[in-house]
Amino acid sequence: MQVTSSVREPLVTGGKTVHDVTEDICRQVEGKPSKSWMLGMAVSLVALLIGAYAVFMLVWEGIGVWGLNKTIGWAWDITNFVWWVGIGHAGTLISAILLLFRQKWRMSINRAAEAMTIFAVICAACFPGLHMGRLWLGFYWALPLPNTFGSLWVNFNSPLLWDVFAISTYFTVSLVFWYIGLIPDFASIRDRATNKISKMVYGTLSFGWDGAAKTWGRYEFVALILAGLATPLVLSVHTIVSFDFATSVIPGWHSTIFPPYFVAGAIFSGFAMVLTLLLIARKLLKLEDYITREHVELMNIIIIVTGGVVAIAYATEFFIGWYTGVEYENYTYMSYGAATGPYAWAFWALIICNIIIPGTLWFKQVRTNFITSFIISIVINIGMWFERFDIIVMCLSRDYLPSSWSMFYPTIYDVGVYVFTLGLFFTLFLLFSKFFPVINMAEVKSIIKSSSSKKN
Amino acid sequence: MESNKHFVLGIYDDEDVLLSAVRKVKESGVKIHEVYTPFPVHGLDEELGYKRTRLPIVAFLFGLLGTTLALTMQIWMLGYDWPMIIGGKNFASLPPFIPVTFELTVLLSALGMVGTFMITSNLKPYGKPRLMDKRCTDDKHVMAIDLAKNDLSQEDIRSIIGNSGAQEVNLKDF
Repeated sequence: MQVTSSVREPLVTGGKTVHDVTEDICRQVEGKPSKSWMLGMAVSLVALLIGAYAVFMLVWEGIGVWGLNKTIGWAWDITNFVWWVGIGHAGTLISAILLLFRQKWRMSINRAAEAMTIFAVICAACFPGLHMGRLWLGFYWALPLPNTFGSLWVNFNSPLLWDVFAISTYFTVSLVFWYIGLIPDFASIRDRATNKISKMVYGTLSFGWDGAAKTWGRYEFVALILAGLATPLVLSVHTIVSFDFATSVIPGWHSTIFPPYFVAGAIFSGFAMVLTLLLIARKLLKLEDYITREHVELMNIIIIVTGGVVAIAYATEFFIGWYTGVEYENYTYMSYGAATGPYAWAFWALIICNIIIPGTLWFKQVRTNFITSFIISIVINIGMWFERFDIIVMCLSRDYLPSSWSMFYPTIYDVGVYVFTLGLFFTLFLLFSKFFPVINMAEVKSIIKSSSSKKN
Repeated sequence: MESNKHFVLGIYDDEDVLLSAVRKVKESGVKIHEVYTPFPVHGLDEELGYKRTRLPIVAFLFGLLGTTLALTMQIWMLGYDWPMIIGGKNFASLPPFIPVTFELTVLLSALGMVGTFMITSNLKPYGKPRLMDKRCTDDKHVMAIDLAKNDLSQEDIRSIIGNSGAQEVNLKDF
């Protein structure tokens, strides 16, 4: 018996039954990896290896191998850090905020989006870690541990320390949230497993789950409370990341608009990355019935909203910078000076990639088309990288004294470390898509009766 | 080995049939051991008469612990153990301590609640579940009735379950 609402679009198409869901998702895990998966893995591993060389040289020689100079002491590393953390935000938004709002369309995308969050945060954490120069001392320096200097404690007044707590809490809570959701699905794989190794591996991963009604009752409360905790958490993380800039006294950074603007930008870029990954996964893993045109359109609508917030923030920054009449404000990343100065190309890259091209999503034909959505999602990722680059490098490049004005030129090690994190991200994501259930089976099964298209 | 636990299992296909079956079976005086489902079925715990979980209270208490620990740590370290002048602020000024306090509140609350959930639900790595029927993690809902805890005969229980809409009625020994 299937009951389908006549008002809403079905969230699962193809007349799937509950058993079909298990079959479709477990098949990916049980079968041999496809050729396209192998190819993707090969490319990612090559990127990871090339990047590993850059990381090795960075640790061996010190951060002098980067293109930083006296004026521009922060550049690609923190740009990439903020970019990756921002990308991570969509996963938690989908799984936590959309859970609180009872948005059922989140169910077939939350697993992959959360995985993306976790991997993106790992990539983000590489940058402050490597920037410390001596990675192995990172924990010792960054955490309030007793030490032989007194103990001389860490400075709790510093936003950089807040970052340490925010990012590590965010990573831990996201990981726990993700894993709790995975347990019932690992049990499904365990109970279908035919060979000894997968029986053992998924038996261990599933923590002895048996699907008892009592456990499900608790499980749902745990998911709800975790969502309630993760919602302010995700908003706090990028707020605190923006404090790295907003609490400083650099013109262009010292801005009260930063926290909400960074959070909106994070969700904007995160959803773009979710779209990029899911539009590929949908084809490669044959998930067309689970990730439908409806899902893509809804994600694009969130991109329109958050992109709009970001656009208004740019306009505000531009206007207020001009309105202050302070000459230093004419050299910030959102100013006439930036639009015509030596970094004009970066300024216009930002405007085109973040406002003009995503603006086409207002047309229904564009946002319901898979190909245009895919292209725009990549453009937004590039645009959001430029946003962070512009904020960081442009604002620093025009120092108070014209004699200290400078440009930033990346070295191959700047590029290499970025390539390393890209390789790491895609390697982890491909491993996830092969060995873990990419769609939350238990949740999708619970909406099959109400939101699946009728079988005829 | 002599098996000493005997369960009658009712296998159901549909969650709404299951919900009405639970009601019917309970009305005929049969005590249900537990129901195993592939996904959360809303209203099932109320039908089975389970009390609402107190995990939210656990989460709150762990959160409170996190807040207290974080504030105590920061005020003690920067206010008393080694006071330092940073930006001309008070040694133990509250506003800059809020972000770390918030993060540790969330961290301890989440970890404490999930840890409690794992322990009370007996979820652990290498945990060996006592599976009534393997299909309960795929698409079937399984109602288990412990024969030792019921006074009715096995035949009576089987017929009650059979009449409640179950697709299959099986026997499982442990």
